[in-house]
Amino acid sequence: MPPAVKTTQAHAGQQPATEAVQEPSVAEDDPSSAPNSAAPNTATPNYADYAVVAARHPWRWVGTVIVVALAAAVLYSLVSNPRWEWGVVAQWFTAESILRGLGQTLKLTVISGSLGFLLGFILALMRLSSSPLFSSVSWTFSWIFRSTPLLVQLLLWYNLGYLYETIRLGVPFTSITFAEFQTTSLISQFAAAVLGLTLNQAAYSAEIIRGGILSVDQGQIEAATALGIPRWRRSTRIVLPQAMRAILPTAFNEIIGLVKGTSIVYVLAYSELFYTVQVIYNRTQQVLPMLLVATIWYIVITSVLSIAQYYIERHYSRGALRTLPPTPLQKLRSFISTHAPIRSTASSTASNTAPKGQS
Amino acid sequence: MSLAMNEVTTRGAIAVRSVDKSYGTTQVLHEVDLDVAAGEVLVVIGPSGSGKSTLLRTINHLEKVDRGTISLDGELIGYKVRNGKLHERRESEILAQRTDVGMVFQNFNLFGHLTALQNIIEAPIHAKGVAKATAVARAKQLLARVGLADKADAYPRQLSGGQQQRVAIARALALDPKVVLFDEPTSALDPELVTEVLEVIKDLAKSGTTLIIVTHEIGFARDVADRIVFMDGGRVVEEGTPAEILGNPRNERTKSFLSKVIEPAFNI
Repeated sequence: MPPAVKTTQAHAGQQPATEAVQEPSVAEDDPSSAPNSAAPNTATPNYADYAVVAARHPWRWVGTVIVVALAAAVLYSLVSNPRWEWGVVAQWFTAESILRGLGQTLKLTVISGSLGFLLGFILALMRLSSSPLFSSVSWTFSWIFRSTPLLVQLLLWYNLGYLYETIRLGVPFTSITFAEFQTTSLISQFAAAVLGLTLNQAAYSAEIIRGGILSVDQGQIEAATALGIPRWRRSTRIVLPQAMRAILPTAFNEIIGLVKGTSIVYVLAYSELFYTVQVIYNRTQQVLPMLLVATIWYIVITSVLSIAQYYIERHYSRGALRTLPPTPLQKLRSFISTHAPIRSTASSTASNTAPKGQS
Repeated sequence: MSLAMNEVTTRGAIAVRSVDKSYGTTQVLHEVDLDVAAGEVLVVIGPSGSGKSTLLRTINHLEKVDRGTISLDGELIGYKVRNGKLHERRESEILAQRTDVGMVFQNFNLFGHLTALQNIIEAPIHAKGVAKATAVARAKQLLARVGLADKADAYPRQLSGGQQQRVAIARALALDPKVVLFDEPTSALDPELVTEVLEVIKDLAKSGTTLIIVTHEIGFARDVADRIVFMDGGRVVEEGTPAEILGNPRNERTKSFLSKVIEPAFNI
C-alpha cells in the first residue's frame, strides 16, 4: 500500500527527502511503483499519484456569457420599464380577493384533478378489460369528451337546467319516483365547473394511464395471476406502480395544464383567480399589472408542482435503477463540500487520496 | 393415479385427460394424456414449439383448454361438476386453485418495484390471507433455504440472474403449493449461474413436493427426474424413466432430438 504510506507523510508535512528514505521498503513490497517525485526511470511509470487535469470547454464559457447577457437585458427591461407597474403588482399580489381567487383555483385543480385521474384509472382498466361492454363504454366516453371543446362542456353542464328542469331518481319509463330535484339548485357554478373539468380530465388521463399500463411487461401480470393475487390488487399493487414511471411525466403535464385550464371557468362567472383578476382590471383599467399578478401565481403553483414531480418520479423509480442519481440538493451539498474554502480542501484532499501538490 | 399410492405424500397428483389447445388456427396440444403422481418429479423435454410450456400453463389455468380436463388431487382445474355438466368456476375460485400450484418462469418475472422479501410475501398475504408477521417469518426462512438470507431488502435489478431465479422459486414456495411448475428455469441464465438454480431445484425434489420441470438441461433431467416425458408437435411421444428415455429411446423422434441435444463431450 505505497500511497497510504506517502499520504501519512504528506499530511504530516514531510517532504520528498523523507520520502526517499522510506523508499526502499516501499520498493520491496511493490517493485513496479515509482516514487512520485523522482523522474520516471522505469518502463511503466505508476500513474496512481498523478494529478488529473479536467478537460476544458471554452465554448461553454462563450455560451454562458451570451446567455447571461440576454438574461440581464430581459431583467433590466422588466425592472426599468415603468409601464409594467410593479407597484400595482405588489399592491394586489397578496390582496384578499386575489388570495380568495387563488384558493378557488387550487380547490378546482385538486378536486377535478384527483377525481379526474381516479375516473381515468377506472376507465383505463375498463378499456383494457376483456369485457366488450366495459371496453366500448370506456372508448365511447373518451371519444365524446375528447371531441367536444371544454368550453362547450362547461356551458352545457351549467345550462342543464334549461334542457332538463328537474332531475328525478326513480325507475326509468315508469312513474315510480324516489326523489326529485330542481336542476338549477343542483348544478351551481362550482358543480358545473367540477363536472366539466373532471369528466374532461378523466377522458385524457384514461389514455395516459392506459399507455402506462401497456408499458408494463406482460410477464408481471402473468406472474401475479399465477400467484393467485386478486385482480384489483394486481392492478393497484403490481401494475400501476410500475406503470407510474411512464404515466407521471405526462400526468404532470396534464395537471399543470389543468391549473391554468381552470381559468376557462371564468365563462361561468366563477370567481377563481383569473376571473377575479378580470373583475379587478375592468374596474381599475390596470390590465397588464393584474395579468402579471395572475401569471406570477400560476408560475408559483407550477414551480411547486414541478418540484413535487421530481421527487414523486424519483420515488417510483425505486427498483428500476440500480442506484438512484443524487437529487439537486444532494448535488449542491456535495459541490459545496468539495469546493469549500482552501483550508478545508487541503485537509480533506490530503486525508482522502492525493498527497501531491499540497505543500 | 395408481402411482400415488406408493408415495409418502398424498397431495399434488395431477391427471391430464385428452387436452386440446389451439392458438387461432395452430393447434399446440393434441389429445395430451398425462399422469403425475403425488411427490413425483416429472421432467418434460422436447423441441421448441412442442407444447411443453403451454401444457404447464394449462395446469395453472393461465391458459384455458379447448377440450379435455386437468385435475389436481381429483379436483378439476377451472371447472366444477354439477348435474352432469362442467360449470366454469368463478374467478375467486380459480385464484384459490392457483395458490395450490406454484410457477417459476423462464424470465423470473419478479416484481421489479418490490424487494425480494416483498415479492415473496405479496401472494401469501393477499391471495391466502396469511398474517403479515407470519408471511415475513416464512419468507425469511425460504430466502435462507435458497441461500439468499442477506438479500431480503435487495431489488431484483440489484441481483444476478441466478439470484433472481432463486428468489422466484422462494416466491412460488411461499404459497406452500402442492405442485411447482418450472418453465425452463435456467434458459435465461449464464452457464455459470445455472448450477446454483439447479441445486435449489434438486433440493426441492427431495422434499416430496410434486415438480413438473420443462428444461433443456438433459444432465440435470437424468439426475433429478423420476420420469421423463418427451413431447413433439403438441403430443406426448414417449415417456419413461431417465434410463429408458435417455439411454434407450424407442421412438425415432426422441432419438433424433436427443442426438442433437446430448453432445458426448458435455455428457455429464
